[in-house]
Amino acid sequence: MTTLIEQLAGVAPDSQLGQALRMRAEVLRLSEAAHDAVLVPRDPGGLSHGLRAALAARMCRHVGNDALVKHYESYLAHSADLDVAALVRPDGICGEPRQDAMARHADMLTCAPRNATRNDILTLKAAGVSEPDIVRLSELAAFVNYQLRVVAGLKLLKDACLQ
Amino acid sequence: MSEPIHRFTAKIPTWSPHVTPVDLATATPEQLAAIKVTPSNKGISPYVLTLAHDPESLAVRSPLFNLIMCGKDGLPSAERELGAVGASIVNRCIYCTAVHASRFIGLTKREDVIDKIFADEREARLDQRQQALFDFAAKLSSTPIEATRDDAQKLGQAGLSELEQLDLVLSAAIFGWANRLMHTLGEPKA
Repeated sequence: MTTLIEQLAGVAPDSQLGQALRMRAEVLRLSEAAHDAVLVPRDPGGLSHGLRAALAARMCRHVGNDALVKHYESYLAHSADLDVAALVRPDGICGEPRQDAMARHADMLTCAPRNATRNDILTLKAAGVSEPDIVRLSELAAFVNYQLRVVAGLKLLKDACLQ
Repeated sequence: MSEPIHRFTAKIPTWSPHVTPVDLATATPEQLAAIKVTPSNKGISPYVLTLAHDPESLAVRSPLFNLIMCGKDGLPSAERELGAVGASIVNRCIYCTAVHASRFIGLTKREDVIDKIFADEREARLDQRQQALFDFAAKLSSTPIEATRDDAQKLGQAGLSELEQLDLVLSAAIFGWANRLMHTLGEPKA
């Protein structure tokens, strides 16, 4: 079975890099499991599966990975949560203060994590985001940024080999 | 009183969460199961107890992190640590930088490399192989991602095999994850 990261990177299985990926099959398998844990967890807490998909698509737009944007938007389309659909765009708001605060935090975590301070967490709390949901949101954003970089890195290695 | 640290250091600080950590006494069976698999298995840190608010993620992230950073073949451990430092410098995660700079020094005795990185950050001038590793890790970590095919080619030119290059991508990327938790959910204190 091919994982999402392998599909998106498009590395030829018989290449040196393809062989290297087979040696890291367990990393790819756990990365896929992590994707499921942040996108479609059994206990989503205050972040519905639809909201998670919308925020993931938004973060992938910030970094400019169209294939991952499509992937997460298809998750959103399969959820019942269409009132969060506006959040897929980097400047989109849905009008619900708690969810809009989460979207702004996801923006910061993606674009400028180095600027994070205690105040960012206080802003989330003031908007009514619970402490467990702050951790859930952080894991979602952190995973999506990991995945974006694994895919981008693999594509660069693949292109460099073809030169 | 301990004070927040804002400068890079190789002396490992303590980490103080902005979110109330899970209390072991009231943790759910799923949280307890997720907490058990930690990078060290020695004591339970406030960081792990904070992440236990999301046990499904924690249960997968800990073994993934260990697999990427502690692999026995492929990229040498010290160079995985250098990848971790490159990412952590870009994301300005003082805590992760301290832990992984100190591991790099422990493995290589090359305090001078870390001194240069702390002084000049992304402008640090290193020897060819370390430069290629450090620059690629840093450029893969920025938003937007700055790494190019030329940066990737420099890895091959510096003698890294495909497996070693893959391990570098993974060790930089996993710190794109770790930094976004450690640097945002709490702060380092002296």
